[in-house]
Amino acid sequence: MPTVPILTNKAVALTIERLCHELIEDHGDLDGVALVGLQPRGVQLARRLRKELVRILGDEKLKYGELDITFHRDDFRQRTTSVAPSATDLDFSLEGRTVVLVDDVLYTGRTIRAGLDALLAFGRPEKVKLLVLIDRRFSRELPIQPDHVGKWVDSIANERVTVEWAGTDGQDRVLLHTDQVDARSSDDVAHGTSNDR
Amino acid sequence: MSAKSTMGSESEVIPSDQLSTRHLLGIKELRAADIELIFRTADGFKEVLGRPIKKVPALRDITIANLFFEASTRTRVSFELAERRLSADVVNFSASGSSVSKGETLVDTVNNILAMKVDMVVMRHPDPGAAVFLSKHIDSPIINAGDGTHEHPTQALLDAYSIREKLGRVKGLKVVIVGDILHSRVALSNIFCLKELGAEVMLSGPATLIPRHIESLGVKVEHDLDKALAWCDVANMLRIQLERQGGDGIANFPSLREYAVRYGIDLARYRKLGKELIIMHPGPINRGVEVTSEVADHANSIILDQVQNGVAIRMAVLYLLAARIPRSTV
Repeated sequence: MPTVPILTNKAVALTIERLCHELIEDHGDLDGVALVGLQPRGVQLARRLRKELVRILGDEKLKYGELDITFHRDDFRQRTTSVAPSATDLDFSLEGRTVVLVDDVLYTGRTIRAGLDALLAFGRPEKVKLLVLIDRRFSRELPIQPDHVGKWVDSIANERVTVEWAGTDGQDRVLLHTDQVDARSSDDVAHGTSNDR
Repeated sequence: MSAKSTMGSESEVIPSDQLSTRHLLGIKELRAADIELIFRTADGFKEVLGRPIKKVPALRDITIANLFFEASTRTRVSFELAERRLSADVVNFSASGSSVSKGETLVDTVNNILAMKVDMVVMRHPDPGAAVFLSKHIDSPIINAGDGTHEHPTQALLDAYSIREKLGRVKGLKVVIVGDILHSRVALSNIFCLKELGAEVMLSGPATLIPRHIESLGVKVEHDLDKALAWCDVANMLRIQLERQGGDGIANFPSLREYAVRYGIDLARYRKLGKELIIMHPGPINRGVEVTSEVADHANSIILDQVQNGVAIRMAVLYLLAARIPRSTV
């Protein structure tokens, strides 16, 4: 099973920095913007973005939250993956705010669909934007497109993309795995995580 | 980087975050891992219940029948709220005025309801073992909402969950259950649940209301309430079930007043302890009997937390059992 690195430590850091500058370019000092990471893997990226934004902007007032979408998935009872939830932490009102949803890999779009559904249970944001580290183009099952992208990857169904973070996995890197054994496992992400769909 | 094995069919893999059981008939069938999973899932639902929109779509293709063959208010309301907040469709059935009074058997009644495409059954029944019996005759998941004097698993789960929430753990804590142990399904389920989670359990009450040989379940018995309270961290004050007393022609204690004096907690008794004892009660409270109003409304009383947590716990149980129902592909 060949594994190819797409991004490694330095490139991940540069990409995150660029994404932060993109956000500042679009939204000024991020007043009225809330960064919301999707559990479980999107929050790793969201925390890094937040840290970097605080460094660049020099203040800590950026609204930040984490959202679990387990109960909103459309594949409940079809999969054997985790049914237990992660923590949700959104302690501010979304009314009138621009929410930037953050996830690591955008693949079929179904996670984001569930994320939007979960997000709207907290109120009515003015706008919702989508930021992803990796966009697996041409593999969408729903009409969902990202606004900010770290890197585009053209991959076919029996390939998988995994994102590892220094904080939990030892180093920052994005890997592309080509799996020739069983095409159905293409949406099984290593570590049992399930953001890549 | 270790990739998950891809050999074999996906459906053969049962992940560790599934319940080990298809039904919730009693706590006795659950393992500590199941209870921890239910608590972890309930944490998520507790957060959902704090949102402006307290509803998730997880069970929108599931229909649940609530079969109550015995009177109940809070348990039925709690289950119904839990079901609706999971977006399940709900049908309610109570014994009075139903075909049960026309002589239909339990299995026939339930099969008739299931024939209308009902996916799960929540049942309260006056006979011990009714849920276990039913589980041997029908395929759908069954949740026991109390069967006679046998078990009331969701009550025990919400009790232990409330203790965990208040004190941060259950393991190693000392819990005394006070009152009518003999007629109490809450007591039996609580004993199983607390023991499985590693707590120590003591029972206190009049000798007539404590079953003989109950020590064989690994619990202590102390008839002197003051000694029991001095020992414990948490006191679960069971309701004196007036409707179950004297049914066999024998009064189990001389008078409610005497019971209140010997086994009730008033503020004086509470203060004399000189510690932050946690007070619980499964409700409905007979104020002035098991606890006085001052104690029921005390800062260390978690009686209303128990009620609130009941919805989250029942959502977790329904959700985790529903996760094991195969999805219809038609």
